[in-house]
Order: sequence, then structure tokens, then C-alpha cells
Amino acid sequence: MISDLTLLDATSALQRGEFSSRELTQACINRITALESNLHAFLHIAEESALTQADAADKKLANARRSGLPIPPLLGIPLAVKDVLAVEGMPCTCGSRILEGYIPPFTATAVKRLQDAGMIIIGKTNTDEFAMGSSTENSAYGVTHNPWDISRVPGGSSGGSAAAVAARLVSVALGTDTGGSVRQPASFCGVTGLKPTYGRVSRYGLIAYGSSLDCCGVLARNAADAAAVFSVMQGRDPLDATTQDVQANPVTLESESSLRGIRIGIPKEYFIDGIQSEVEEKVQAAINILTSLGAEVVEVSLPHTEYALPVYYLIAPAEASANLARYDGIRFGPRVEGSHLWDVFTRTRGAKFGDEATRRIMLGTYALSAGYYDAYYGQAQKVRTLIRRDFEQVFEQVDAVACPVAPTTAFSIGAHGDDPLAMYLEDVFTLPANLAGVPGLSFPVGFDANRLPVGMQLMGQPFREDLLLQMAHAYQQVTDWHTQTPNL
Amino acid sequence: MHPAGWGNKRKKDIIPVMPLSKEEVQHIATLARLELTGEELDHYREQLSAILDHVASLQQLDTSTVPPMSAVFSGDSHLRADESRPSLPPEQILANTSHKSDGQFKIPPVFEK
Repeated sequence: MISDLTLLDATSALQRGEFSSRELTQACINRITALESNLHAFLHIAEESALTQADAADKKLANARRSGLPIPPLLGIPLAVKDVLAVEGMPCTCGSRILEGYIPPFTATAVKRLQDAGMIIIGKTNTDEFAMGSSTENSAYGVTHNPWDISRVPGGSSGGSAAAVAARLVSVALGTDTGGSVRQPASFCGVTGLKPTYGRVSRYGLIAYGSSLDCCGVLARNAADAAAVFSVMQGRDPLDATTQDVQANPVTLESESSLRGIRIGIPKEYFIDGIQSEVEEKVQAAINILTSLGAEVVEVSLPHTEYALPVYYLIAPAEASANLARYDGIRFGPRVEGSHLWDVFTRTRGAKFGDEATRRIMLGTYALSAGYYDAYYGQAQKVRTLIRRDFEQVFEQVDAVACPVAPTTAFSIGAHGDDPLAMYLEDVFTLPANLAGVPGLSFPVGFDANRLPVGMQLMGQPFREDLLLQMAHAYQQVTDWHTQTPNL
Repeated sequence: MHPAGWGNKRKKDIIPVMPLSKEEVQHIATLARLELTGEELDHYREQLSAILDHVASLQQLDTSTVPPMSAVFSGDSHLRADESRPSLPPEQILANTSHKSDGQFKIPPVFEK
């Protein structure tokens, strides 16, 4: 089954001419279509345009082979894109009714760079509404199912992308991560997910949720594939003023990597009561493997970790309440009629935003309102400084921090019912990286007794994604968790 | 003479954690331009109160000497030159709505007649 190949294996096969990009793309579309009723990973499948792009890629591949020119590494490879990233001419709903029918007239920079490198956009993946959630249950268009157990959630908010990669519908997919939305679904679905440093990848065309936290990331079968995509999409973009002029270290992935000289910190605040025991065991076992590869392990402390949740759930909703003010039924999306403009605003927003988006807009509006601003939003910004300082101090001692991604493996659909705080607690270990702006990587390190994947998280110094990828790659050279496939 | 309290550590306003009233929730909904039913107001009153109760733990920390983190990377802004550039053509801008007329968005009255 050619849709089962990793990105780098598919690239080699395309370059050797073993099959065409059209054959690969068609194989992916066939598998998506066959499994969509079980998984619901996609909100839009772009069959026609994908096949047209594949034919164009095949012409370039043929030309390159004839002339002996080097073949760009991503040329002809299908890519799934989370439905909060704009692709010109393709519906973009953000998992919300308020953007039903919206077709953006522009393409996100991260997507554009991959398209320019020859990748084929095969469709848009399911997401919690405006990326607000940890399970995809907040999508207005139905939940995505975890390929390892379809009665469970795939995590979120990039749950469609994670499920698509885990189920071998595509080899790589784009996600976004505001509080863990790439790393947690990667963990729940047994794939590798990279949240880059804030400012490393352009946010242009990433429909804004929490602007000081949002990052565009990648979900892949392994660290090497993630590195191949990340290295093309990263870098300064004049269309996003927060992207930084930092030269990316090339990601060097040796087949036999030593981690000698690398110091890994184990933050005691991330190994607490309430973690599923198998998660702690598997993460500990993975740390032992990193040690056997030459890394040195030391205990460290990130003392303000417990405040990350309250800080995040003030700052992210505050930013969301401002960012989501643009959805008013006037210029795009559905409109609920009213006799006056005010009624159009309030009725459209009241009717078309889902429960979680409404809750966060309300929470953020309150935190920013007169009389409460200093005590809530202002205080949260100050405690955010303390959380960042924790990381700065730890990175004076170590190169990376290793910890669980989430306290548990994938939970059952409906488990958190109508309890938003219980859902928010799913994010306790992923929120700090967004608040501090540092990169994080999630990769599979085993399975629990129900054969659900367990993930480990590495967090690194700003702009050192290369080191995190190198460590995960070294681990994946001596383990095979990342090659295991769900039975579908 | 310094003004009263100058140089003293400013006491932070500690907000008593009380459940929001239905009127407060209605006020927030009005500020956020959300039309909600009475049932929805009750639902959010309960949930927002629980969340605010949780985030109140931040009030325990003394942050009187801590600057706010308002951006991840401060200082080096990347502002482009203020030059006019071509924008999207009107028909493309209007393509996502059926409420249009004479190359403009069509809206109901803003003020009472």
C-alpha cells in the first residue's frame, strides 16, 4: 500500500520512478474515502485540484529525472492541512458554523512554501472550533475518531491531522498549537508532532485564536519526516511581523546518532499525582533509552508550572475575544437577519459560535473589561513572565526538558461531557511551552494496556527545534513504536 | 514630600471570588455582541464562575516587581515601509457574501429611522 510509506520513503520512490505522484495522491484519496465514515478526519477533500497538482509534479519529476537535476525533496508528496489554515479557493471553516461556506482568497505562508516546494494539498482536516479544545469534540462538523480505538478522541485541536497521519491517510499533515494542539493529538494518535518556537513559522493565513501563542506545526510519522517539512515552512515572512530573523540550524539526522554531551532536564513538577501510571512508566523508560544513547539526565525545577493553566485560560480567551470580534455576519460567513445592524451582529454571533468559542469569548471579554483588567489579564501577563523565567533558568543548565505530553492516553468520546475545566486540565503539560514561546516535540514511546499510544514531550531552547528533532530521531533509530500501525 | 503611599508596594486589588450574577453574564454577552437565551446565560454563569474560581489562584502570587510579558519577542519589530500596495479586487472581496450591491457590502440600518 503506497499510502503507507513515510514521506522520505515516498520521496525516494517518486525519484526512482517506482510510481507517480498521481498514483500516490490517488492512493491517499482512496484510503481517505474508504476510512472517512469511521474516522471523520477530513472536513474537505480536494480530489480534483490534488490530482491536477499531482500531474504537474509528475511533469517536474520527469523533467528532473531526464536532465539529471536534483529533485526537490517534497515534490509530489500529498499534504493534509488543518482547517484553520487558509488555502486559496478551498473552503475554510475553522470547525465553526460562523465560517460555513467561507472560501479564502489567499493562502497561508506555511502552506504556500510547501506548495511551492511541490507538495500537494489533499484536503482540510477536522479541528475543534477555532482550535479551541483538546479532543475535536468542539468541531461543529462532528468529532474525529482515534484510529487506535474509534470510541476514543484523537486529541485536539489538530485531531483530524493527527488521525490522518496515524491512519496512514497521508504521511504528513499541518497542525497548529496554541496550548498543545499539535503535541497532545500527536501523543493520543501515536505520531510525531512538532510545535516550533513562537515566531519561527509564519502565522500569516493561520486564522487567529491567541496571537501571542499560536504556532503552525507539523504532524508526521517520525522525526525525520517532520524535519523535512519544518525546514521548508519555517523562516522570516514579511507578512508576519512576529517572525524572527534567526538562521535555522540544519537538522542533521544521522542513522546512528549519539546523544553524548546533551543534557536533559527532568522537571519534577511534570511527574505528579494523577498521571496515568503507564504514561509515567513509558516516559521514564524512554528517558532511560536517551541516557543509553549518551545523554546526561538531571532533575530540574520549573516552579511556576501550576500557574500555567490559569495564566493560559486568561490570556488565550482574552486574545480570542479580540480576534473573534471580526465574525459579525457582514463580509463572510452566514448572516442571521435583523432589522438593525446591532441585531445582525448579536444574532449571527449568538447563533453561529459553538459552546466553547462562546465560553472563551465571554471569559476573555470579562478578563479585559473595565475594573477587572489589572486583576485578571494584567496579573496573568506578569505570571507569564515568571513562567518564561523558569525556562530561561532551566536552559542555563540543560539543553532540553523531557516530560509527559498529557496526563493520560486518549480518553473516550464524551468523557468530559459538560465540564470545561476537566477538559482544560488535559493541557497542563503542554501550555507552558506556548506561554514561554519555546519549541516542543511529541513522539510515541509505547502503549498502555488498552494499546493506546503514549507520547513523550521534549521542550527546547528557542530556535533549537533541530536538537529536539535530532534527539527524537536518535530514539526512533533504536525503537519501533513510531512504525506501529492501528488496525483499521 | 511624596504623595501618600508613594514608594510603598502597591497593594493589588484582590477580587473576591463570587459567582457571577445573571446580570453580569448578560453584561458580558452584550459587550461581546452575543445574543443568548436565558437558559444559555444560566449555563455560562455557572461555568464561567467555576473557571474564574480556578484562575483566582494567580492572586496568591506577589508580582509587584514583575513586568508583564506582552509579547514573546519584544524590541525588534519588523515593520514594513509604509508604501501603498495593490489590494484584492472588489469582486474578490465581495465573493464571500450574498449581501452586496453596487460593489459594496449591504447592511441593515445602523441607527433608528
